[in-house]
Amino acid sequence: MSRIDTTFAKLKQQQRKALIPFITAGDPSQQMTVPLMHGLVEAGADVLELGVPFSDPMADGPVIQRASERALKNGMSLRGVLGMVAEFRKQDATTPVVLMGYGNPIEAMSWETFAQRCADVGVDGVLTVDFPPEESHDAFEHLQRHNIAPIFLLAPTTKEARIQQVAKLARGYVYYVSLKGVTGSGSIDLSAIEDKMPQLRKHIKLPIGVGFGIRDAATAKAVAKLCDGVVVGSRIVQEIENSTEQNVVANVSKLVRELRQAIDQ
Amino acid sequence: MTYNYPDSTGHFGQFGGTYMAETLIPAVEELAAQYLRYQNDPEFKAELAYELKHYVGRPSPIYHAKRLSEHLGGAQIYLKREDLNHTGAHKINSAMGQALLAKRMGKKRVIAETGAGMHGVATATVAARFGMECIVYMGAEDIQRQAPNVFRMKLLGAKVVPVESGSKTLKDACNEAIRDWVTNVESTFYIFGTAAGPHPYPMMVRDFQCVIGNEAKVQMPEMIGRQPDAVIACVGGGSNAIGLFNPYIEVPNVQIIGVEAGGFGIASGKHAAPLTANAKVGVLHGNKVNLMQDENGQIIETHSISAGLDYPGVGPEHCLLKEIGRAQYVAINDDEAIAAFDSLCRFEGIIPALESSHALAHAIKIAPTMAKDKVLLVNLSGRGDKDMNTVAKLKGITL
Repeated sequence: MSRIDTTFAKLKQQQRKALIPFITAGDPSQQMTVPLMHGLVEAGADVLELGVPFSDPMADGPVIQRASERALKNGMSLRGVLGMVAEFRKQDATTPVVLMGYGNPIEAMSWETFAQRCADVGVDGVLTVDFPPEESHDAFEHLQRHNIAPIFLLAPTTKEARIQQVAKLARGYVYYVSLKGVTGSGSIDLSAIEDKMPQLRKHIKLPIGVGFGIRDAATAKAVAKLCDGVVVGSRIVQEIENSTEQNVVANVSKLVRELRQAIDQ
Repeated sequence: MTYNYPDSTGHFGQFGGTYMAETLIPAVEELAAQYLRYQNDPEFKAELAYELKHYVGRPSPIYHAKRLSEHLGGAQIYLKREDLNHTGAHKINSAMGQALLAKRMGKKRVIAETGAGMHGVATATVAARFGMECIVYMGAEDIQRQAPNVFRMKLLGAKVVPVESGSKTLKDACNEAIRDWVTNVESTFYIFGTAAGPHPYPMMVRDFQCVIGNEAKVQMPEMIGRQPDAVIACVGGGSNAIGLFNPYIEVPNVQIIGVEAGGFGIASGKHAAPLTANAKVGVLHGNKVNLMQDENGQIIETHSISAGLDYPGVGPEHCLLKEIGRAQYVAINDDEAIAAFDSLCRFEGIIPALESSHALAHAIKIAPTMAKDKVLLVNLSGRGDKDMNTVAKLKGITL
């Protein structure tokens, strides 16, 4: 079983929900990313989403845009992100790591090399925001060969036929984008998520994580009741932006612990 | 030779496609379906033809630039006068088509990205014409260099939103418009400015712009008894160019030449000429195209004197035409474009847009090497009023 499957199976047994924080690799600095990853796990994260910065993050709001800009200014690259995962794995062999970003840096490296490197360093899943299933044939072939899970987004606008299509291709978990908008925008509509869930569950047998717009412990708790995992991105990246190198791990850990407690209640 | 692109999924060979975030996939699928439904609908076609004739002022004439041609002493230069359209550029051809589609789809809010501001003005114009709310995203740097167009958009009732991220130019305006669309997907129609982006935009914008080439194919034989030896147009995203080129693809013996922005020169790295510089294939703004990027797949900043050509990618059909060898792509540097701008002002009394000046500059470059009975048809895609500030500044003049 893959690390992602094992993690969700264990959580299910414990009747708990996954907490999936997102950080951008290289933000606030290259040397802080691996300590932050360990800090997130210690504070209660089950799966880590590690953002690969891109020059043109079209699906992201201002908070994650700024994080990408900082990371690129710090010299972050896809190659560098893979190196960080290798470093992280020296001390943590069990927590799943999912790389999240846009397709072009991977295209530039080639999917073949990328999938091989992911397997080598211990990446478990890959989510490319701008590569829908229709354009991902090449990507799948290589990811599947190395047993790396393609993680897909589903949105409030996704129609049933597409949900079925994604259900066939997805591995690991499926990420439901809880609102129409960019990351970190708007406020979440809990009843809309509740309404959509049966349609998603009908076709998707994998765990379903929900993200976009989850900004506090109360919302995280409410969302957790509706799905299998809660993804928190912009709120954590905001905390990183507001911290110094000295207190960033402590501040982010405190936030994640609050989210953990709320979800477990 | 049969040329039939894109395929049903929006691919031009390896180029094009639908590389979009999931939230927008249903929107582009719906748009593709609605466009297929209306493109051959007699009522839609009649309404578009009426608007193009009575509101835009089509057909645009072709003009023989005789004094300029005589001065150069070689091939004859003819100009397709898209600068004479209402709003002063070819952009209105496609903005009008898309607005009519938006109307049929019940969308009351339209958004657009703009570089030089011509597409923003065209969109603001059709939005006013049909009573739609209009938001235009424009890079903060472009707002500086194209101030007159910003004021025009505001006069027309549009809201112009400055984009401060990245290089503060066209690509960043495009990012921001996509962010708006993903947020307001149900109420909003994205009137895209060029023949690029996710399917169906490269096909749809091309189809609306093909009025340029289709008119020229009738007008040239009327004027000179035959088709031109070459058709030449500037290429940023490449909508004016594909509108002229596409109808000529299957016409034998007509050379097709796209002119990219060479900026400070290809060797300097400061340009916006992905095809000429053989940029690697990559994915940005919904499509797979030749794309200016670094070795890590990050998009690099481009440079051109003309805001409308200052873009790191290019439409997918141009990538294909280059790959199959049907069109050739060359670059013209900033200073060559400015010289061509001056020449057309002095020899013909026409002030061209800096974008179109690139196409003209290439014609000026090759005409003297050709026989006097050869004919070059240049797409004069827009007028240069918007560029007064830029040109004055270059000449050290304060307006």
